[in-house]
Amino acid sequence: MDFLAGHAPDLLPGRRALGSGDLSSEVPHGTTIVAATFPGGVIMAGDRRATMGNIIAQRDIEKVFPADEYSAVAFAGSAGFGIEMVRLFQVELEHYEKLEGATLSLDGKANRLSALIRGNLPMAMQGLTVVPLFAGYDHDINGGRIFSYDPTGGRYEETHFYSVGSGSLFARGALKKLYREDLSETDCVTVMIQSLIDAADDDSATGGPDMLRRIFPVVGVVTADGYRRLPEDEVAALVDAAWAQRHQRPDGPAATSLT
Amino acid sequence: MSVPFYVSPEQLMRDRADFARKGIAKGRSAIALQYADGILFVAENRSPALHKVAEIYDRMAFAAVGRYNEFENLRIAGVRLADMRGYSYDRRDVTGRALANAYAQTLGAIFSSGGEKPLEVEILVAEIGAAPSDDQVYRLTYDGSIADVQGYAVMGGAADQVADYIGEHYSEGISLAGALRLAVDALGHDGTEVRQLTPDQLEVAVLDRTRTQVRKFKRISEATLETILSESRPAEEATEPADAEDKKDTADTGASAEDTPIAPPADDAPIAPPEDPDDNRPL
Repeated sequence: MDFLAGHAPDLLPGRRALGSGDLSSEVPHGTTIVAATFPGGVIMAGDRRATMGNIIAQRDIEKVFPADEYSAVAFAGSAGFGIEMVRLFQVELEHYEKLEGATLSLDGKANRLSALIRGNLPMAMQGLTVVPLFAGYDHDINGGRIFSYDPTGGRYEETHFYSVGSGSLFARGALKKLYREDLSETDCVTVMIQSLIDAADDDSATGGPDMLRRIFPVVGVVTADGYRRLPEDEVAALVDAAWAQRHQRPDGPAATSLT
Repeated sequence: MSVPFYVSPEQLMRDRADFARKGIAKGRSAIALQYADGILFVAENRSPALHKVAEIYDRMAFAAVGRYNEFENLRIAGVRLADMRGYSYDRRDVTGRALANAYAQTLGAIFSSGGEKPLEVEILVAEIGAAPSDDQVYRLTYDGSIADVQGYAVMGGAADQVADYIGEHYSEGISLAGALRLAVDALGHDGTEVRQLTPDQLEVAVLDRTRTQVRKFKRISEATLETILSESRPAEEATEPADAEDKKDTADTGASAEDTPIAPPADDAPIAPPEDPDDNRPL
């Protein structure tokens, strides 16, 4: 990024001349992302909808990406800048790895992403905010970690689970009631799918699983073995099970105890 | 004021070339060899940290001999060029030809400019394609001249002797283990005495087109190297542990090591990420 700033500044975000006014309803926005840790790793999932004001701009957008071998990054907010930020972030991590012959520490990667968001601050002030969520496997603690960000580049480490985007409040409520620290990988994915369905239930900008077109959330799992995107059919099976259960109880699973 | 001596341009260039050649011949050799599934790089290098072979991009690698600080600068420039192109356009638009051209320009400009000394380096830019026939290996010398290489290339040290040895024993479509054995033997045949190189003296990496990951470059760790080499040890050692492995046609007569089929080691398929040569998790 520093090299680009010197040699090809036009490739970097955050240096463009701005117009004025609030553009937030004129360009596509991505919506809800959830992340949660489980023993042995961390999972990130995102719905597939992008909205432009009241219009659904895209039904099958992808918002969860591998950042490098041992981390995943996802974004909520302005889709164009979000995708650009993810690409730049991926290139930076790979570039560092090749130049130095070693990967950045997980905290190093998280800090780097902060700097990228800060570069987008002028845009954020005009409603073109990008808020990423970053999660990775930390070899020093042998477990997953989650980092959230604010539009000014503030970086905050989250414990257990977190969500960002317009439906994040509803998703976080669901995660609060369903999440347990000892969930297996598959159960953890199920909990996250449930939380995304809850988000879509109450937030018009979040897309639920599209049962007609068979468009399901993107789920990325990061463990000691690296990043793995769950195959479509595995996600489909979990979504189908959750969907069938909601025919009995549309609000989803109830908490098992009241205390 | 004294009048400077006249030196003819021919003489000047010859002197500069001699200077560079001497510098390059001082070091140890590095080899690039095409095998069935990709390109193998073997360099004699006692340092585990200062690499002669490195990843440039998804399907491209770089190997160099000569002065470390000089070729390290070239490597960094190459990685930057490749990453910047890949980011501006697409990953598929980063090609070995473009990179080799850029290197040729740089080396040529430095060689013929009066002020600087020529770089004492020789480099290889290798790119694997979908099939062995699509592989490309470019060899660049200190003066910026560029050559398209087929099969194998040797640079640095007693390059001619090592290349002769490989030339005698190389066959197209050689296996990885066979190619590795051949390269290691060839590096030992660089003088009047034949040396037997041990894994800790070697730096080995491959561009492996069978890797499922986008990035095809992989370093082969010392432990893996040890396994492969001990399985294909020719003549002397291979005769005494004559296991009941009759399936393996033990035609271990002398230097025919490369055509004896050698089972690839178990950890060969899921290849280690380049950043950590010791773990064999997929990238």
